[in-house]
Amino acid sequence: MSFLNLTRRGLIQTGAVAGAGLALPTYLRADAHAGYTNAPTGNTVTLGFNVPQTGPYAEEGLDELRAQELAVQHLNGEGDGGMMNTFSSKALKGNGILGKKVTFVTGDTQTKSDAARAAAKSMIEKDGAIMINGGSSSGVAVAVQGLCQEAGVIFMAGLTHSNDTTGKDKKANGFRHFFNAYMSAAALAPVLKSAYGADRRAYHLTADYTWGWTQQESIAAATEAVGWETVNNVLTPLASTDFSSYIAPVLNSGADVLVLNHYGGNMVNSLTNAVQFGLLDKEVNGKKFEIVVPLYSELMAAGAGANVQGVIGSMNWNWQLQDEGSKAFTKSFGEKYGRPPSNSAHTCYVQTLLYADAVERAGTFNPCGVGEALEGFEFDGMGNGPTLYRAEDHQCFKDVLVMKGKENPTNEYDTLEIVEQTPRAQVEYAPDHPMFAGGELGQCNPGA
Amino acid sequence: MDAILLQILNGLDKGSAYALIALGLTLIFGTLGVVNFAHGALFMLGAFCAVTVQKLLSLSTITLDETQKDFLGRPLEIKTPYVESWFGPETGSLIIDWSVPLAILFAIPVMLFIGYVMERGLIKHFYKRPHADQILVTFGLAIVLQEIIKYFYGANPIPTPAPSAFVGSFDFAPLLGLDTSLAYPYWRLVYFGFSTLIIGAVFAFLQFTTFGMVVRAGMADRETVGLLGIDIDKRFSIMFGIAAAVAGLAGVMYAPINSPNYHMGMDFLVLSFVVVVVGGMGSLPGAVLAGFMLGILESLASLNEVKAVLPGIDQIIIYVVAIVILLTRPRGLMGRKGVMEE
Repeated sequence: MSFLNLTRRGLIQTGAVAGAGLALPTYLRADAHAGYTNAPTGNTVTLGFNVPQTGPYAEEGLDELRAQELAVQHLNGEGDGGMMNTFSSKALKGNGILGKKVTFVTGDTQTKSDAARAAAKSMIEKDGAIMINGGSSSGVAVAVQGLCQEAGVIFMAGLTHSNDTTGKDKKANGFRHFFNAYMSAAALAPVLKSAYGADRRAYHLTADYTWGWTQQESIAAATEAVGWETVNNVLTPLASTDFSSYIAPVLNSGADVLVLNHYGGNMVNSLTNAVQFGLLDKEVNGKKFEIVVPLYSELMAAGAGANVQGVIGSMNWNWQLQDEGSKAFTKSFGEKYGRPPSNSAHTCYVQTLLYADAVERAGTFNPCGVGEALEGFEFDGMGNGPTLYRAEDHQCFKDVLVMKGKENPTNEYDTLEIVEQTPRAQVEYAPDHPMFAGGELGQCNPGA
Repeated sequence: MDAILLQILNGLDKGSAYALIALGLTLIFGTLGVVNFAHGALFMLGAFCAVTVQKLLSLSTITLDETQKDFLGRPLEIKTPYVESWFGPETGSLIIDWSVPLAILFAIPVMLFIGYVMERGLIKHFYKRPHADQILVTFGLAIVLQEIIKYFYGANPIPTPAPSAFVGSFDFAPLLGLDTSLAYPYWRLVYFGFSTLIIGAVFAFLQFTTFGMVVRAGMADRETVGLLGIDIDKRFSIMFGIAAAVAGLAGVMYAPINSPNYHMGMDFLVLSFVVVVVGGMGSLPGAVLAGFMLGILESLASLNEVKAVLPGIDQIIIYVVAIVILLTRPRGLMGRKGVMEE
């Protein structure tokens, strides 16, 4: 057979072998091969937004969904670009992710671990979601994070504040932008000391589940370090609605501070009940009685109404921040939805952009490549100042906000005010800190 | 001692809510023989009557204040409620402040109507069906009602404060000669008093009116009353409306205690059924007695001293007591022979 005597079949075979040979080195590179779950093949890529759409946190889930939808618009080059204009990384160009138009599917966590896992599984297996983002509970976050690790997709957590999410339950495929209970306590304790003094006796009411336990442990340790005494810690059932029988014993306990390690409906009810019992009007040990709510949310503060006035707590972010990133996001969100974004909306928006940016920088959707791009990533322009995604535990480190219920609100969104923007250095901790001990990040799983 | 007294007060207050809901449940079961799982939703609807009245009274005209800015830097919208424009700022704000008590006037006809429509439109078709069917349909109805409320009012709790005259707490310690504090919130005392009044009114209505006498006779022997030419079904339908109104009023007055949310009815439903079973199916005094008894026991179980000995007892006490009572008195505290025993 002469060289020029080529048949059509021979040409195709030769071409296929040559093509395969040339492609082999690329295929063998972990960051570029298609051997991972839901590798996008067309000109679109699908993100999975798993938020509570029913149940007690549905309003928070709705706000997360609004923010995620806005992030998708910005990624696709629609709207004003929001934080993409202020983000220190300039990898995102407004042409989707790696040139693929971004679409999304949604799941309903119902704020139940099993329902959240089922929703995430469905989005991954049926809808081909390349990543999962969102949520509004630590129990849910830990459950979905575990599922994403097994399935081989990236999990960008939403509102989850338990130390365990990036502590004993951390996973290589999971990343948390939201702050945690330790950080809240580290930010709050000095402010509490300066506002209420070092000689205080605190009584804790704690929601009886993972978040409550780590929140109580953190705030008790931090306040004891500034001189406070912990008088008692009472665990309250998560399903409680009336906290009067838990608050009544506080009155004669000798405590002069009540710490409510509650979130959501529990926080609204326990704070309302505590104010009804006149705790804030009392004087104990010669000092005015005070209430502390370590974790605030704008939506829940609105639910508690005037009862939050003067009560100190902490937040991951707030729309009143005046940095360029926060202003850009608040403007973009406010103009689209007619309301300022909540801190859970912010974290979900930022997580979506951070994921997209990591894909662009890695040049692949492979979760291991994306994970490598996120690990140790330093960025700015997303609110909260310079931020680090720490490689050792996939926890973001940034400034934390200490908030106080506003005494004279001027409108329905004006419920909280910023007392202090606690610098990142004050809330950092070592990766092997005892409160985060017990888990291993493990190996990244690309799935497929 | 003061801690025990405080928890007894608490228990009476909690028991008021349990008793009111259980009373309505028992009225419906005793008259119509229906196990109504939508009764918690009626309690929730009552609370949202208070929310609705508060929102209606807060309807406002909007003016723009150029000197203040909103979160987007636009002139701030200043809202002035119509009632303040019509009656002056002081009277107007007083009317808004008293929106919860005023909501009672709104809730009575609304809840009577809802109850009557529920019974005539849906529940009457299930009288002769098994209790399992009744539970399924009323539970489904409860979920539908919840979702309707969520659609219009959202999932977040909505603060519905008591009139400012009832903010704060009353200290019983000086009255009892105690040297420690025994403070209890004014509004919770109002709630207890209100519940007692409603319970008394329901019993008086059944005991001292001709209508009540016929209803009681119908509860004892429906067929014989029917043979006397009395339209007992119509009276029972009205009783369903009254039971709905009782649950609704319990909800209205509960709104300042815990901010209403769309699933608050479900939080009370299971407990109220336990109360009805412990009290004895179909027994009105049993429902009231069990409501207060379980409320007090639940509160006492929350005492730190009790929890130190029996950790977690506060979470299970009601169910433990229910098991013990049903083992020793299978018909409940005041249950009648033959009810749900065929």
